[in-house]
Amino acid sequence: MNASERPGPASENGTARPAEPAGGPSADVLARAAHEAARAQEPSTASDEAVTAEEAVTAVTTSTTLEVAEANPLRDPRDKRLPRVAGPCVLVIFGVTGDLARRKLLPAIYDLGNRGLLPPGFSLVGFARRDWAAQDFAKITHDAVKEHARTPFREEVWKQICEGLHFVPGAFDDDGAFDALSMVLKEIDETRGTGGNYAFYTSTPPKYFPLIIEQLKRTGLHRPSPGAWRRIVIEKPFGHDLKTAQELNAVVDSAFRPDSVFRIDHYLGKETVQNILALRFANTLWEPIWNRGYVDHVQITMAEDIGVGGRAGYYDGIGAARDVIQNHLLQLMALVAMEDPTAFGAAALRREKEKVLEAVTLPEDMSLATAIGQYTAGWQGGVPAKGFLEEDGIPPDSRTETYAAVKLEIANRRWAGVPFYLRTGKRLGRRMTEVAVMFQRAPHLPFSKTDTEILGQNALVIRIQPDEGITVRFGSKVPGTAMEVRDVNMDFAYGEAFLESSPEAYERLLLDVLIGDPPLFPHQREVELQWMILDPIERFWAESGRRPEGYSAGTGGPASADEMMARDGRVWRRL
Amino acid sequence: MTSFLMGSTTASEIAAQLTRLRHQVGAPAVGMVLTVVVVCDESNQYDAVRAVSEASREHPSRILAVIPREREEATRLDAEIRVGELTTGEVVLLRLYGELTEHADSVLAPLLLTDIPVVVWWPGDAPHAPGKDPVGVYGQRRVTDARSAPDAVSAIKSRIHGYTPGDTDLAWTRITPWRSLLAAAFDQPVGKVLDGYVEAEPGHPSARLLAVWLSGKLDAPIHVTESKGPGLTAVRLRTRDGEVAVERHDSRTATLKRPGQPDRQVALARRPTADLLAEELRRLDPDEVYEETIRGVAGYDGF
Repeated sequence: MNASERPGPASENGTARPAEPAGGPSADVLARAAHEAARAQEPSTASDEAVTAEEAVTAVTTSTTLEVAEANPLRDPRDKRLPRVAGPCVLVIFGVTGDLARRKLLPAIYDLGNRGLLPPGFSLVGFARRDWAAQDFAKITHDAVKEHARTPFREEVWKQICEGLHFVPGAFDDDGAFDALSMVLKEIDETRGTGGNYAFYTSTPPKYFPLIIEQLKRTGLHRPSPGAWRRIVIEKPFGHDLKTAQELNAVVDSAFRPDSVFRIDHYLGKETVQNILALRFANTLWEPIWNRGYVDHVQITMAEDIGVGGRAGYYDGIGAARDVIQNHLLQLMALVAMEDPTAFGAAALRREKEKVLEAVTLPEDMSLATAIGQYTAGWQGGVPAKGFLEEDGIPPDSRTETYAAVKLEIANRRWAGVPFYLRTGKRLGRRMTEVAVMFQRAPHLPFSKTDTEILGQNALVIRIQPDEGITVRFGSKVPGTAMEVRDVNMDFAYGEAFLESSPEAYERLLLDVLIGDPPLFPHQREVELQWMILDPIERFWAESGRRPEGYSAGTGGPASADEMMARDGRVWRRL
Repeated sequence: MTSFLMGSTTASEIAAQLTRLRHQVGAPAVGMVLTVVVVCDESNQYDAVRAVSEASREHPSRILAVIPREREEATRLDAEIRVGELTTGEVVLLRLYGELTEHADSVLAPLLLTDIPVVVWWPGDAPHAPGKDPVGVYGQRRVTDARSAPDAVSAIKSRIHGYTPGDTDLAWTRITPWRSLLAAAFDQPVGKVLDGYVEAEPGHPSARLLAVWLSGKLDAPIHVTESKGPGLTAVRLRTRDGEVAVERHDSRTATLKRPGQPDRQVALARRPTADLLAEELRRLDPDEVYEETIRGVAGYDGF
């Protein structure tokens, strides 16, 4: 599916060729054009045609994000073979030596190039505090691509990317370095024809944001030259509560227009997450039962098997809820629970997500409807694992939670009374992210009690990672003479249906940034709404003085989380 | 890979054997998304099946290769079933002898997977009207390849006469990267194109398609000229400010030239058949732009 496909190709088509009578475009036009082409020596015909074409070009000025592409005579909404290719531009990555850049961003850029989605002349500027020459950067990029790229390595693609690689050494407080960056960008515009279109990707710890923005403002790089664009990409965390999120936004806002700010939540770039929209809004099968009449509750889980590892410095004081629930899980919840958007544009999608986030209500007694935990030493997948408090860089009296579970409700007609249970944790038994919609039991079973003893609830599970796909669980008769009914799974696996590993989330999101297509990026308003949901919970945890309950590494989380479910007569799905 | 030979068999025996094999492998519900029928000769069977098998990595398929053999021999059906490592789905080679060569559709009917789309591909000679062909009618998508015809240019020129929505030709698929690159070049306004040339090796059907597509979209005469190849070598478009050109000499990398801008190197490799098929299998709706273009090609003599 393609969430960004705009509706109404027919009407766009009509406007693209205003000189033609409405209704029957294309075939005749083309045939005529071909004939005309053959006898183009006649000057009068040629000039008539010229007027038509120019009118056509100027007439197309619809106010979508893809204005330039729309005015392009070679683009045709019906021509689905032509991929969405970004216009000429430069991507500047701050903090290019970081882990994320090497493992995800650089390989994703190569993969885009390999799929023919990078514009001719595309250039990449690395900025970091290293004493590197351009060759060193090329070497690092080459190695990163070879090791982590999804698509096979091809020399001609590498050559194309390599031509546009640049490196600017320097610290973020170094005026000279940013002056140098400014010069390099100007030079690239001249030598590569990138037309002053720059995207700045801040792959750095958040504390450097204000500094980078300040430098961009000082050098004037934030202000687009006429006809060009400047965009900024920021990674989570978007603050650590509502107040800091607003402060961060104020900083970004002082330099960039809201529609030029792209907040990356890489989960939203995943195929399966986008497929939630297709599943819900392209089918008739689910919509009738997608409400409180049939749904018993929803469980949204993101379990990690790793510990905090190298992120200890950042993680301590932040915790699982701020790290995962505030962004990924609440975004997933919004996609699962929102009403159908009027279109798949950014504005319509955000409107629906905001509505449902606004309708979220917090539990009255938070002590009964939330749980926090902290992993202790144990065995994880056959390997001994350290406890959180023994990890390097974590103070031995840290109260940071590594597991968090909350119960939320949505106060609207569709969902009133249906709890949404969100949980996330580190060092759990298995790495898994999924959304499970659990349906109510059948109101009456015409079988004897013993026949259906082990029959559970029907469920629709959207598996997000790993092993992306969708599972439907329902009861089925066990073959044999007795009438025994038991749960079975019906699987749709992306791994099977589209075996080519589906595009990495970063590939999709980088492309969207370069094209300027925002539906998959959370808006500041959503970020703030999500903090408004989490802040009171965090405040309760802090004020109640509750210590996170220990759970051994490699298990399913703390006992209090299970008790929280048991109070409602439910259980967590097994990890 | 395991392969099973079944001599003098019937379609229902083949279907039963396929089911049996699936259960043995332990995956009775494999997520196949297509049935691909390949109609080919014994001589191009190997390459064709290999290409579809590779394409089926992206689109898990049941692949049915229909190979008509001696018309004079006694009527019989030989089958070869391959399952396992090389393909993601199942491959069945069907060899038809005697009168059966005329009735391939009767063999295929019970072997098509239910509820999912069928694609028919003729890697060699194709019927005049694929959509009316007894095998072709099964297909949502019917893929021909003008380049394999003895006279490739006249083959592509006559495509429109037998056209049914859902037809497509690999000669058109081959130029997608060119069209994509040219479209990217036009993402920055270049002004009115006055005229232009497509350069290709002699008798190249894709060059005609590209020229007609460009002339239709740009409202300008585009001619085809001959070069030494391989394949397409250049597109040159004359504008008021100068020339917009894409040149490719080594069939891997191209140079994009625009007036007032530096030349740029772009990867533009010729693609193997498997990649072309994978592109075809990605979208199964009728390709209207292709239809317009072959309509233009039929009346095109601009070289």
